[in-house]
Amino acid sequence: MREQFIYPDFEVERNKERCIACRVCERQCANEVHRFDAELGVMLSDESKCVNCQRCVSLCPTRALKIVKSDCRLRENANWSDSTIKEIYKQANSGGVLLSSMGNPKPLPVYWDKILINASQVTNPPIDPLREPMETKVFLGKKPERIKRDEDGNIITEIAPQLELSMPVMFSAMSYGSISYNAHASLARAATELGICYNTGEGGLHEDFYVYGPNTVVQVASGRFGVHKDYLEAAAAVEIKMGQGAKPGIGGHLPGTKIVGDISRTRMIPEGSDAISPAPHHDIYSIEDLRQLVYSLKEATEYKKPVIVKVAAVHNIAAIASGIARSGADIIAIDGFRGGTGAAPTRIRDNVGIPIELALASVDQRLRDEGIRNNVSLVIGGSVRSAADVVKAVALGADAVYVATAALLALGCHLCRTCQSGKCNWGIATQNPDLVKRLNPDIGSQRLVNLMTAWRHEIKELMGGMGINSIESLRGNRLMLRGVGLNTKELEILGISHAGE
Amino acid sequence: MNINASGLDYKELNEALRKAGRGKCSITDCLGQRFLAAGISECEITVSGIPGNALGAYLNGARIEVMGNAQDAVGDTMNDGAIVIHGNVGDAVGYAMRGGHIYVQGNAGYRAGIHMKAYEQKQPALVIGGKAGSFLGEYQAGGTIIVLGLYDDDRPIVGNFPSTGMHGGKMFLRSDCKGIRFPEQVHTHPSTDEDMAQIEHFLRHFCTYFGHDLKALLDSPFTTVVPDSGNPYRQMYVAN
Repeated sequence: MREQFIYPDFEVERNKERCIACRVCERQCANEVHRFDAELGVMLSDESKCVNCQRCVSLCPTRALKIVKSDCRLRENANWSDSTIKEIYKQANSGGVLLSSMGNPKPLPVYWDKILINASQVTNPPIDPLREPMETKVFLGKKPERIKRDEDGNIITEIAPQLELSMPVMFSAMSYGSISYNAHASLARAATELGICYNTGEGGLHEDFYVYGPNTVVQVASGRFGVHKDYLEAAAAVEIKMGQGAKPGIGGHLPGTKIVGDISRTRMIPEGSDAISPAPHHDIYSIEDLRQLVYSLKEATEYKKPVIVKVAAVHNIAAIASGIARSGADIIAIDGFRGGTGAAPTRIRDNVGIPIELALASVDQRLRDEGIRNNVSLVIGGSVRSAADVVKAVALGADAVYVATAALLALGCHLCRTCQSGKCNWGIATQNPDLVKRLNPDIGSQRLVNLMTAWRHEIKELMGGMGINSIESLRGNRLMLRGVGLNTKELEILGISHAGE
Repeated sequence: MNINASGLDYKELNEALRKAGRGKCSITDCLGQRFLAAGISECEITVSGIPGNALGAYLNGARIEVMGNAQDAVGDTMNDGAIVIHGNVGDAVGYAMRGGHIYVQGNAGYRAGIHMKAYEQKQPALVIGGKAGSFLGEYQAGGTIIVLGLYDDDRPIVGNFPSTGMHGGKMFLRSDCKGIRFPEQVHTHPSTDEDMAQIEHFLRHFCTYFGHDLKALLDSPFTTVVPDSGNPYRQMYVAN
């Protein structure tokens, strides 16, 4: 039987009056949608290859192009949506596991959008950040439980190693391999300029980026790619990756086709060989085992660097976090189910894990209840989209947030969600040299700096409105939040009152 | 330089070891201290007693000789150097090893040499004199694992599921491997002269360290295990 025909999702609309057949669209499209017909002297397109990345639209000098959602739909059915039916056709055609990229696009609740922030009126006046100093600096790491003094009564100021950030934001883990050299260069340079950190992901650290070490978090994942003494030494902090929000419970798999050149050298695996990160760490079956990895890293780095343990937000996250807080980790990073990825099985991305807002609130509460909140700092990620999300996260109990999708958008990503193809027309999720050079790290890093500078100012304005002049005073300050349209259980988990209460 | 480990916890012991600097150092009365010599580059350490888990983790060029047994995770993510164990080792010896050599006189536990990898001149090797437990060389991505099966104790040379997910490197078992089930994605064949030439220097070292006779070792047949592809999980995906 022949393959089931699947009508393309998008249509390319070309305004013939505007098109000058300059062939920019043809040169810009790695998916080979556009071509020039010399006989007819016109541009033609094969919309079946289009992923709606908007590259051609953005670069068309005469604005002749538009990509629209196809209106050729199957018969309407509230139970069987077009995408569900098409997924069945794809699997029946191929026998393959559905593979997707970036975060969960399903219409599941976004709790950030159902939480509102307070402001001061009359009493406790608001503060104007343009006029008064506001502190957004945070220190991540274990905090002392009580003041200790030496024999002469002087305070002992030695504390566990801390990660100093100028604002409560870091760029989260994206490996060299899943994203390009120029994308990594942009993130590293921006993090350095901003006084925050970026994260290598599990693909090792390219030798060119060791200079950004003081603003780098290096990752140790189950595959241990690129992990060695110099890599650990170079970093500001070391992150053990146990899980990822986009694909909790499964490992990573960078196909051999992407293991080329520097990627091969940085990961230390031969060109063309698969880079497999197994689902579990094979030496971790318990909190005690995790403790062993945490302390082996601390010993290897002479206790100079905080150790982060990153997990995906899953059902028993509060109990898991409590265990991690007792493992010797300095920082817990929790990644919610909307977190992005360069490739994940669709079913896992869309159905596994829980919203980060609920996970954060329950973890913060649990650690407080157990009296161990100061043992660790909490970093959360998984679709933090704006300064307002950052403020809400901090008020729910986070010390800092991880952002990745927003950072990629700043670099030019248009969220077409086809990173797995390796044909990113924006030079981000690709290793094709012709595509990589489209992303200029000078411009990329500047755009990231712009974005974060703007967020930082917005954070200050939101804090000022609440009459708070330091991010430390906002952390866990849930009185500053109200829910709207949430049920009693949701409000209970979030630990906030309903608007109007 | 001598460090008496009694009464020292692992942190103090490692600090003492780092202070000892380069050169030779002997550690006596070791009693389960973990992470011994983690990430250490240049020195020659002799350990008497039993070191704890994660001996020589991230080892970066040092040489460690243990005059007895060692526990789990010996040489975890080791980058360079050598570890010689005059006894048995626990589970996950040489996990994600990426350089250097580990020689074990006796038996190894589960998951020995898993996810070992190699790149160009960085070619790690793990030599086990006795038997290996289950999941030997799981996810092996490079390097050499040798199991000699000495000390006849009626157990098979490896436990269950050897080389599952193996996608690089080579494994050599001093046995005809009858009755041992290998996964579909690896090939096994009786070791050829060429294979044996590749591992002869490892066997020579083993004999030097532990006083065996090379000829006697070579009298038994070896089996070579290699993956049939560098892409074992090319499970067909379909873009969605």
